[in-house]
Amino acid sequence: MPSNSSTRALRLWQIGLLLALLSFWYVATSPTLLPPIYFDDPNKAAFFFGEPLKVFERIWDWFASGTIYAHLWVTLLETLLAFMLGTALGLAMGLWLALAPTASALFDPYIKALNSMPRVILAPIFAVWFGLDIGSKVALGVTLVFFIVFFNVYQGVREVSFTVVANARILGASERQLLRHVYVPSAMSWVFASLHNSVGLAFVGAVVGEYLGSSRGVGYLILQAEGTFDINAVFAGIVVLTAFALLLDWLVTLAERRLLVWQPRGGETEKI
Amino acid sequence: MAVAVPALALEGISVTFVSPDGARYTAVRDTTLQVEPGEFVSVVGPTGCGKSTLLNVAVGLLQPSAGSVRVFGEPLAGLNAKAGYLFQTEALMPWRTARANVAAGLEFRGTEHGEALRRADDWLQRVGLRGFGARYPHQLSGGMRKRVALAQTLILDPQIILMDEPFSALDIQTRQLMENQLLELWSANRKSVVFITHDLEEAISLSDRVVVLAAGPASHPIGEFAIDLPRPRDVAEIRLTPRFIELHTLIWHAMKQEVLKSYAQQQLH
Repeated sequence: MPSNSSTRALRLWQIGLLLALLSFWYVATSPTLLPPIYFDDPNKAAFFFGEPLKVFERIWDWFASGTIYAHLWVTLLETLLAFMLGTALGLAMGLWLALAPTASALFDPYIKALNSMPRVILAPIFAVWFGLDIGSKVALGVTLVFFIVFFNVYQGVREVSFTVVANARILGASERQLLRHVYVPSAMSWVFASLHNSVGLAFVGAVVGEYLGSSRGVGYLILQAEGTFDINAVFAGIVVLTAFALLLDWLVTLAERRLLVWQPRGGETEKI
Repeated sequence: MAVAVPALALEGISVTFVSPDGARYTAVRDTTLQVEPGEFVSVVGPTGCGKSTLLNVAVGLLQPSAGSVRVFGEPLAGLNAKAGYLFQTEALMPWRTARANVAAGLEFRGTEHGEALRRADDWLQRVGLRGFGARYPHQLSGGMRKRVALAQTLILDPQIILMDEPFSALDIQTRQLMENQLLELWSANRKSVVFITHDLEEAISLSDRVVVLAAGPASHPIGEFAIDLPRPRDVAEIRLTPRFIELHTLIWHAMKQEVLKSYAQQQLH
C-alpha cells in the first residue's frame, strides 16, 4: 500500500492532468485565443469539438432547470430493469444448464451462436416488438446482461469443489438444499465478480437503445443535440453519462463489499 | 450385547475404475473389513493403496464393482445415513460462518434454525473454538478449520465416523492436540471409527485395531493388529512406552515390504 502522502500526491497529479486536458481543449477550440492553425474558419474548431465552458454551462442549465432529471430517471430505470431481469434469467438458465448435462449439450451450439452475435443489432427489432418506450431498451440491456451472468453462473456451478458437494450430501442435504445452500451461493460469487461488467452493459443497452429511437432518456438528449449539430450538448450528454456510470460502478463496489464478506481479500491484516 | 452386529461390514469389496479410454484400474480387490460398535479401527498403508476408495465405498459415495456393504446388518443403499465423514481436503462451505457450517447438517435434517445455531455454538466450544463462530473459513487457520469440520460431523451424532487422513495437512503439534481432542470426544461417546492414515504412529496411538493394506493396485488387507495399549491415552506420551515401540516394530515389519513395493512402482511411472 502506498502511504497517505503519496496517495495524495497521486490525486493531485490526476486532478492536474484533468485540468491540463481541459485547458488544452479550451485553448484549442476558442475562436479568439489562437489564430486558426488547421481550420480556415476560426469557429470551425469549436463547431467540431465543442467548447468546454459551454459544455459545462449546458450541464449547469440542465441541472438548474431540472430538465435532465426526468431523462436520467428513465435511463436509470431502464438500466436497473435490464440488470435485474438479465441477472434473474441468466441465473435461472445457468443453474439449469449446469445441473442438466443433456440440456446443456443440446443447447450448447445455440448459446454459442447467440453469444457471438453482435446483439446491438437487435435494437431495431426490439423497437418494432416493444415500441419506442422503455420496453425495447430493457430488452436490449437484458440480452447483453444475460450472457455475462449466464456464463458466470454456469462456471460457478461447475467449479464447486467436489468435496464440498459430497460433504453437504453426507450431512444430509437434499437435492433442493444442495441447490440452495451449495450451488447458488457458489454461483453468486461468480455473478458478483461480474457485477461491474453486467451493470455497465445494462447501462450500455439502455443508452444505445435510446440513441437508436426514443422520446426520453439521456441517449435521446444526445440524439436530439446531434440532430441540430449542437456539439456542446452532445459533449454535455457524454459527460453526464460518464459521471452516472462512475456513480453506478461505485454503488456496485459498495454492494460487493457487503455481499462477499466470506471471500478472502488480499492483505487482510491490521497494523497494531 | 449378546451377538454383536458389526457397525460396518465391508464384504469382499472390489473396486475397478474404468477411464474414458477404456483403461482399467483395480484400486481395491476382495477386501473384507468389519468394525464393531464403539471400536476405533485405523487403516494404514502406503500412499495410493486405495484407502480413500474403501472409505468412499463405506459412505456410499462410490459403488463397489463387487462385494457388499452392511451397516448394522442392513445392506447399504445410497448414502450411508448412519455415517459421518471427515475429509482430507477442505469440505467446509466457504460462504458460511463457522457456526453456520457446524449447524448445516442439523438444518439439512430439519432442525429449527435457532436451535441448530445454539447447538452449533455448544459444539464449537467443545472443540475449543468458542468466540470463533462468526468467522468465515478463510479467516481461520488450517487446524481451526479441521476443528470446525470435526464439530460439523460430530454434531449429527453419527454411529460410524469415517476419517480420511483428516490431520495429514496439519503441523505436528497441532496434529497431536487434535488427536488427543479426538480421543477425548470419542471416549465420552463411543462410536465406531474408521481412521485412514499413512502414519503408523498415529494409527497405533489412536486405535483399538490397526489394519494394514497392501500396496496398490488391487490392494487388500495383509494384516490386522490388536492394539492393547491402555486408555485413556495421551498420543504424545504413549509413543514412548515399550509396548508401543514393540507394536510399532511388529506392524512396521509387516508394512515395510508394501511400502518398498509402492515406492518401486512410483519409480517406474
